Amino acid sequence: MNQEKTLLAKLKTYLIFAGPTIFAFFTVMILPFLYGIYLTFTDWDGISATHAFVGFSNYLQAFKDKVFWTSFLLTLKYVFFTVILINVIAFFLAYVLTSGLKGQNFFRAGFFTPNLIGGVLLGFIWQFIFSEILVYFGKSYNVPIFSNFWLSDPDKAFWALVIVTVWQYTGYMMVIYIAGLVNIPRDLLEAASIDGANSYQRLKNVILPLMVPSFTISVFLTLQRGFMVYDINLALTNGGPYKSTELISLHIYNTAFLHQQYSTGQAKAIFLFFVVATVTLLQVYFSKKLEVEN
Amino acid sequence: MEKNNRILNGIKFFALSIFLVLYIFPFFIVLINSFKERKEILSNPLKLPSVLNLSNYIDAFTKMNYIHAFLNSLIITAFSVFLITLLSSMTAYIFVRKKWKFNQFMFFFMVASMIIPFQGIMIPLVKIYGSIGMMNSKWALIYMYVGFGASLAVFMYHGFIKSIPLELEEAATIDGSSQLQTFFKIVFPLLKPVTTTIAILDILWIWNDFLLPYLVLMAPEQRTLPLSVFYFYGTYTVDYGRAMAALMLAIIPIIIVYLLMQNQIIEGVSKGAIK
Repeated sequence: MNQEKTLLAKLKTYLIFAGPTIFAFFTVMILPFLYGIYLTFTDWDGISATHAFVGFSNYLQAFKDKVFWTSFLLTLKYVFFTVILINVIAFFLAYVLTSGLKGQNFFRAGFFTPNLIGGVLLGFIWQFIFSEILVYFGKSYNVPIFSNFWLSDPDKAFWALVIVTVWQYTGYMMVIYIAGLVNIPRDLLEAASIDGANSYQRLKNVILPLMVPSFTISVFLTLQRGFMVYDINLALTNGGPYKSTELISLHIYNTAFLHQQYSTGQAKAIFLFFVVATVTLLQVYFSKKLEVEN
Repeated sequence: MEKNNRILNGIKFFALSIFLVLYIFPFFIVLINSFKERKEILSNPLKLPSVLNLSNYIDAFTKMNYIHAFLNSLIITAFSVFLITLLSSMTAYIFVRKKWKFNQFMFFFMVASMIIPFQGIMIPLVKIYGSIGMMNSKWALIYMYVGFGASLAVFMYHGFIKSIPLELEEAATIDGSSQLQTFFKIVFPLLKPVTTTIAILDILWIWNDFLLPYLVLMAPEQRTLPLSVFYFYGTYTVDYGRAMAALMLAIIPIIIVYLLMQNQIIEGVSKGAIK
């Protein structure tokens, strides 16, 4: 290392190496975030140059909004089902695809494919599947469940969102689980077999405890993405029919940019931030505890 | 025992194959319908096209302003990823090598910020950058990607640089090279595995990103590929054949890259998750 004695020299090195990153980071992430918190206490309408301080009234207005709560509860339900389904299916696929099956690399690559393509495109693809393919299939082969259009029925439209999300992310989480599974020491598994453990016992007593770190990451990612989903919601249902599938991100976007209630929208966004931060930090905290115990 | 295993593997293989076919089926549906006319789709969307008619593609290609959108996406992704990797690796290097209190604080601050969801930032972001006239420009968008992508990249580089022995750099310093030279000659080449991982994760993110460009880029000539598909689809919803061709046009480049580099991409994703 160079000998830098003066403060000036230190500052120069620092500015060259870290200056641009720190500047971009602060102006793009931190400044808007702090300014956003400030805006929630004002009556800013998105247009006027001045705004007055209004205390907590934006939060009160957000919390009094029934549509907001419907959307929030629906998001919780959506996150619950997608997190469980994605992780269970992904782990199962990863488990089968690390058992030395013929062509397992081909399978891995195949299941990963949806993750290469953006949510809006995936949403449009499935909109076509639900509107044309499934309805055609249901009518021609007399399968009642498919014979009407899923996306025009509030309950089925919700499940359509869940299905497409699970389809999208399972391959990604599968890759994470595969990475965890191949890192399990072979001799541990062999020792368990010699001790007479069958494959179910090996899974339960050796593999699952060692896979806790992978579960931590994968559940964290699915939780975060679930709360923040926007693209698929927009392209597949756009919140319809009649706002029945408007998840929280889309709701925030619409509050701010469609109904021009910028400060209320931002108050809802800050609420979302607290929910996501709390849920993910608790999840990581408890899974880390599980890791230590093992 | 041996025979049982082989039968079991056969069953697994068969079940997985069916599952994979179902998994890939949506793409196949888009492909076959992209060659059809509207009437043909409505009469039977599951049938193979009677003729390989490319007119949907030609229509979609011109109306989407495909070349333009493709180049916009390419420029935005390439510059953003280049700047994120270059600037973040330098930052992580100074964070690791200079154990100042301030550096430790900044590192912690950047890692903690990763918890902020984009929705918490987007409304004030639009206001701030709108008021200083930085909207509707690719370069502003690239700048934002650097700000949003920095935290994760610095975090990943930080973990890797910690494991590089200091002796390598000391030799270079004795030979009289400056810190910047040492970094680019010695350290940066060693970072190649992490750089690849970060580049893959960021390319997947930025190439496919929708909401940020949707908020920042207004003018039609600025649109990225996902944006131009979005607007095209909005205009031609009823004209399924063209819409499917537009989707195919947006998917094809990614699939080509995937076929060439699937191992690196999957490895990048799995390495990126082990933090």
